[in-house]
Amino acid sequence: MARKDRRRFLTGFVAAGAATALTPPLARGAEEESAQKELAQNTRAPSALPPSAQVAAAETQTPHELPPNRIGGLPGSDFMVDVIKTLGIRYCPANCASSYRGIHESLINYGGNKMPEFLTCMHEESAVAMGHGYFKIAGKPLMTLCHGTVGLQHASMAIYNAWCDRVPMIVIGGNDLDASTRPPSVPTFHSAQDINALVRDFTKWDDTPVSLQHFAQSMVRAYKIAMTPPYGPVMISLDAGLQQEPAKGHGGDKLYIPRYVPTAPPAGDSGAVKEAAKLLAEAQNPVIVADRMARTPNGIKLLVQLAEALQARVVDQGSRTNFPRTHYLSATPSAVPGADVILGLELADFWNVVNSWTDNGEHGVGRNSSRIKQGTKLISINASDLITKANYQDFQRFQVIDIQMAADAEATLPALIEAVRSAIPAARRSAIAQRGEAAKKAHAEDHARTRQAAALGWDASPISTARLCMETYNAVKGLDWSIVSQSGNVSNWLTRLWPIEQHHHWLGRSGGYGVGYGAPASVGAALANRDAGRFSVNIQADGDLMYAPGVLWTAAKHKIPQLAVMHNNRGYHQEVMHVQRLANFRNRASNYGGDLGPVGTRIENPDIEYHKLAESMGWWARGPIKEASQLAAALREAVKVVQSGTPVLLNVWTQPR
Amino acid sequence: MRFLLSVSVLLGLAATPALAADAAKGKAAFMKNGCWQCHGEVGQGGAAGKTLAPKPMPLEAFNVFVRNSNGQMPPYPKEILSDADLADIHAYLMSIPAGKDYKSIPLLSQ
Repeated sequence: MARKDRRRFLTGFVAAGAATALTPPLARGAEEESAQKELAQNTRAPSALPPSAQVAAAETQTPHELPPNRIGGLPGSDFMVDVIKTLGIRYCPANCASSYRGIHESLINYGGNKMPEFLTCMHEESAVAMGHGYFKIAGKPLMTLCHGTVGLQHASMAIYNAWCDRVPMIVIGGNDLDASTRPPSVPTFHSAQDINALVRDFTKWDDTPVSLQHFAQSMVRAYKIAMTPPYGPVMISLDAGLQQEPAKGHGGDKLYIPRYVPTAPPAGDSGAVKEAAKLLAEAQNPVIVADRMARTPNGIKLLVQLAEALQARVVDQGSRTNFPRTHYLSATPSAVPGADVILGLELADFWNVVNSWTDNGEHGVGRNSSRIKQGTKLISINASDLITKANYQDFQRFQVIDIQMAADAEATLPALIEAVRSAIPAARRSAIAQRGEAAKKAHAEDHARTRQAAALGWDASPISTARLCMETYNAVKGLDWSIVSQSGNVSNWLTRLWPIEQHHHWLGRSGGYGVGYGAPASVGAALANRDAGRFSVNIQADGDLMYAPGVLWTAAKHKIPQLAVMHNNRGYHQEVMHVQRLANFRNRASNYGGDLGPVGTRIENPDIEYHKLAESMGWWARGPIKEASQLAAALREAVKVVQSGTPVLLNVWTQPR
Repeated sequence: MRFLLSVSVLLGLAATPALAADAAKGKAAFMKNGCWQCHGEVGQGGAAGKTLAPKPMPLEAFNVFVRNSNGQMPPYPKEILSDADLADIHAYLMSIPAGKDYKSIPLLSQ
């Protein structure tokens, strides 16, 4: 890194008038001079000593000769803050680190700690996951800062989750590139040639700006790429030297800030849309399967229009709220095998929709089988096809598709709806209406069966997951509620029993199934809900919470309320059966080691007192609640406390799933 | 191989005298052998395992399924779960009373 070259740049930068929407807090000269004067005036020697001539002068004279600061100009990181402020990023959850001290100082002092506001996090993974949850409510990305090496290593799992879940996040890693000038020892341990390499396989784009002008372009480009569907995290390596040098442009040019203009999402090819519409319109039993289709609340409305035009049943896989669960066309996955045409919208795994895999084959190898009848036509609209990478296998198994559009489903639906309406033959209208009547009947039957299943074990102790979910619903049903996270597995009772209709009602899951997402994502989403005046509910799993429980403190510190009701089944339940399964295949009893499951899978002996943990970090908490009869009263009290602005945790002992 | 195992299990069952099944012991075996992990402590079932109670399948079918499952549940051989334990588990499942009608539960009927 040619630091000396950078220092030859001429001073001064501007927000490029026609090229930026910035209202610049750039003209800081006079203000800064005044602050320096005040600082000088307030610098006093111990009162017991007589003032020296220098001190006396400092106390009585204006130090006209002093430069505004030690670096002889505005720091580069102040300009970086100006760039960031043009993007409207509201928060910066981050764990402090010396490699980004320049921009940290600028954010909180020069930038006034607003837009973005720095949120103190205790783990980089928590910071990224907070941004993940925040976006799913607010629809706007956050940025985070971290050490480019050790901090980014902490952050990487959460970045992978965001990548798999198609969530934008701007990750900025501090890194001191100049080996000849950077501090030795720890800061050098914390430096690397290319920090972005660590996450390149699961970010949409990355860059290492080598000048401030380069940073301005990279930052706006990073935001633009992250926010163009398919969304995804982006990474910027931020040189420590660049942050601390005076803000200067190249050879006489003034620095400017490029204006951010959103990119339109990619819509499906018109010919493919027409062909798909024809197949759907002429189908006997079309079924729509949606996973991350509704990027925005409008996506739900569009999907309702399409489903109603076809009277087609919709299976919402639930990575977002795509379709109202209360709608009569809302269906369970059991609708798939009877379909003759399946439309998959932003599916993470189309293969797994139309096939199944059973972990119980001979020789320990799973068994594949088809779930659909021969000749079923498959249509896919999926923007993820545009960003498939090689290393990480989030693209899942290969599935042959009859009509495949590498396009954003929400952006494509308006054209598809119109095409379907035009393509429905008059002779089919009566049959389509009858299909709707059959769907109403099936929906009512599903509704009754689901409730009857929920009634089983209703009074069990520990508390059944169905009871946990419905007692919680009963406590918040009169509020504008939002389920900000559901970690662990509660047998999907939330999506099966709660009347999920709006985009903010249900946010989906982590994306990459990296455990530890639930607690921090819930805090991020609750932050966005707080700003929107909504009530946040989190069904919090025990194992998930213990990855980085420090996020509880972050929520209390920044006054982010939520109702966290624990699904405390005292184990890593997903893993219990994996070990048990292998033990069975190998004809040997699994070693439980005195616990209630195989060694290494249980969180008991001793039991963790999560309520005390939360209380120690500023939450209002109660527990352990083991009897169903105790739950309603605890929830009533908890809701009131949350409404006063305090985060609340109820430690509830539950059935495994 | 699985077919042979099925046959031998069926023959074995046929040759075994009726076991005096004990529901209390069955509950302990249900917990000790991890059945509860997928099926819930009262056999209510869930995302990971089917509902077992009330009204479990008949003992004979239950035995054949547990020994030879080729579905999501792994088979439990005798080396892990004895016939006596299995009979006790079945007795425990038989002892679980019928659940309430959901219409009688205000939170589910709303």
